[in-house]
Amino acid sequence: MSEGADSRGGHPFRLSHLDVLESEAVHIFREVAGEFENPVLLFSGGKDSIVMLHLALKAFAPAAIPFSLLHVDTGHNFPEVLEYRDRVVARHGLRLHVASVQDYIDRGVLRERPDGTRNPLQTLPLTEKIQSERFDAVFGGGRRDEEKARAKERVFSLRDEFSQWDPRRQRPELWQLYNGRHAPGEHVRVFPLSNWTELDVWQYIAREDIELPGIYFAHEREVFERAGMWLTAGEWGGPKAGETVETRLVRYRTVGDMSCTGAVDSDATTLDAVITEIAASRLTERGATRADDKMSEAAMEDRKREGYF
Amino acid sequence: MTISTEQPARRAAPAEATLLRFATAGSVDDGKSTLVGRLLHDSKSVFADQLEAVEQVSASRGQDVPDLALLTDGLRAEREQGITIDVAYRYFATARRRFILADTPGHVQYTRNMVTGASTAELTVILVDARHGVVEQTRRHAAIAALLGVPHVVLAVNKMDLVDYAEPVFAGIAETFTAYALGLGVPEITAIPISALAGDNVVEPSAAMDWYGGPTVLEHLESVPTGRESAARHARLPVQVVIRPRTPEHPDYRGYAGQIATGTFRVGDEVKVLPSGIGSRISGIDLLGVGVDVASAPQSVTLLLEDDIDISRGDLIVPAHDVPALGRNIEATVCHLADTPLTAGRRVLLKHTTRTVKATVEEITSRLALDDLTHHADPGQLVANDIGRVRVRTAEPVALDAYADSRHTGSFLLIDPADGTTLAAGIVTD
Repeated sequence: MSEGADSRGGHPFRLSHLDVLESEAVHIFREVAGEFENPVLLFSGGKDSIVMLHLALKAFAPAAIPFSLLHVDTGHNFPEVLEYRDRVVARHGLRLHVASVQDYIDRGVLRERPDGTRNPLQTLPLTEKIQSERFDAVFGGGRRDEEKARAKERVFSLRDEFSQWDPRRQRPELWQLYNGRHAPGEHVRVFPLSNWTELDVWQYIAREDIELPGIYFAHEREVFERAGMWLTAGEWGGPKAGETVETRLVRYRTVGDMSCTGAVDSDATTLDAVITEIAASRLTERGATRADDKMSEAAMEDRKREGYF
Repeated sequence: MTISTEQPARRAAPAEATLLRFATAGSVDDGKSTLVGRLLHDSKSVFADQLEAVEQVSASRGQDVPDLALLTDGLRAEREQGITIDVAYRYFATARRRFILADTPGHVQYTRNMVTGASTAELTVILVDARHGVVEQTRRHAAIAALLGVPHVVLAVNKMDLVDYAEPVFAGIAETFTAYALGLGVPEITAIPISALAGDNVVEPSAAMDWYGGPTVLEHLESVPTGRESAARHARLPVQVVIRPRTPEHPDYRGYAGQIATGTFRVGDEVKVLPSGIGSRISGIDLLGVGVDVASAPQSVTLLLEDDIDISRGDLIVPAHDVPALGRNIEATVCHLADTPLTAGRRVLLKHTTRTVKATVEEITSRLALDDLTHHADPGQLVANDIGRVRVRTAEPVALDAYADSRHTGSFLLIDPADGTTLAAGIVTD
């Protein structure tokens, strides 16, 4: 029986679950770096992609991350998040690609939806960018605990030349032997946070003392109610006539397009307070804050089939 | 099944809690979905909006009681057919531990999915129906758990409510199963009488079975030891990438990054690099940017060596005194995963740790009959879900351990070089 202790986790036989998840995610990042020509990391400035970037920095330290970032910009982003994104990119000397939904709308390729949400419009700019830049591995921050279609997702998920996901034709995934083989034009979506839960992400952010955009913490904001959610008032198209703006103390559990990402009432201004709040919440992250997942019972599965991340 | 929509706050595991990966297995009507639903529900891991969605769909189908299987059947096709097609992973936590559950389909047609789920599991729950006892499918699941070296097996004797909670029924099934599973080499078996529908002995102890003095399913999951196998074995580090910053701060840094598969490495250890066999000594260990003196599986680390030698992805770093055999002829047990049959003479890629080499399937020696577990010689081919013995010859030497010593360095995949399909999962059983 070998004995040993590391600097942080204590006895190696009792690594904490965060240590195990961190180690596994780093393994996944390194596998992709070892086997693919041109990976890219989807970076939205949300907490999951921020944790992914942190893990990637650790995985290749003291060298730089051997891939670039890609942001799908819906044109309805929170300004605080864009500011955070640009600051992080500059600090680490990273290369950022941007796929712009607004650009597609301006060119007439995509049309604004009647409900104003741009979340489903992200799929085309994303998949075209993957093709034009010839990315062969695309890291996403998707977690299996988010949604029941995502619970079926592999860590390495092969997508065809149209970026489609076919849940019935997924490769079995055994041990930690990830199969990234793909034909030209195909790519692999890679999910290093597959086995993390929302609470794991927050506990890890606290443990590693990772900086987040301020909108994740309670702040006063002008919001209005639509479909049972608090949406931010702004140039993107809200409020409509009949919707009343009020100032409330809120924070965000997810960060996405302003038109479909709701805020939650909260007085959690610190990481500890957020963790306490998440642990006690009776709603899932998406159930609480995402309008687009409420469209149908299989909304996520249907979007993923088309190439959504 | 009784369901409460009034749920208190979820129990959240502290950040330093341990992690247990486990899998469930059972036949189609053994109540596996109900057990999983019960574990998630009674451990307060189901959220109000998820439960609300289940209630809505159940009501729209005219069902009086919410169908908890809807919590776990995530795909359109699964909901339409009311069956589980593919492995899904579920997450829940108690105050003591976090859990990753591989929820695997039970049907014989999906043996490969049970193999997938069990490959990373430290524990498997095998369900049987108390009215039927140990059946063919139970034996098959026990055999797969034994083959894959799952350290702990739980026999959950379900539907005890339908046999009047009778102790002799449980005792008889437990005895039959234990004798059978010990014969297969399953190291540890815990039998628990339950009713997933009524909630007996799943999370809460059963008032109806006061003759049973053991743990509930959840208590057992919370207390079973984890992580034991990997740290105590031969030290092995498959090299994933070589880290060379070439920056002014780190002009000469050259590190070999990988996740320690098994065992422990210390600064100062004499090591060998395979397949070249060149020796050196560990001069430093970086644990994700922090220097440490010692590191163990499953930590992801970067090793620094005293000598500047040629090492690349796919190499294996091992202690100089504990080197695995290198060879090009591999005898192994495989589970065939793909829809096209595996035949002798087939050219494949063999992926072992971080190394992928060309290989040929030289011979299919035997096929395991899953109904009676006998070996049939010269089957000619293996079709999807078959388990059999094969002989594979690789183009370059591969450093394999026995699977019993290491699930990481004793396992491999066979891949179709033409389209990348994962053909088979292999286990070094000798």
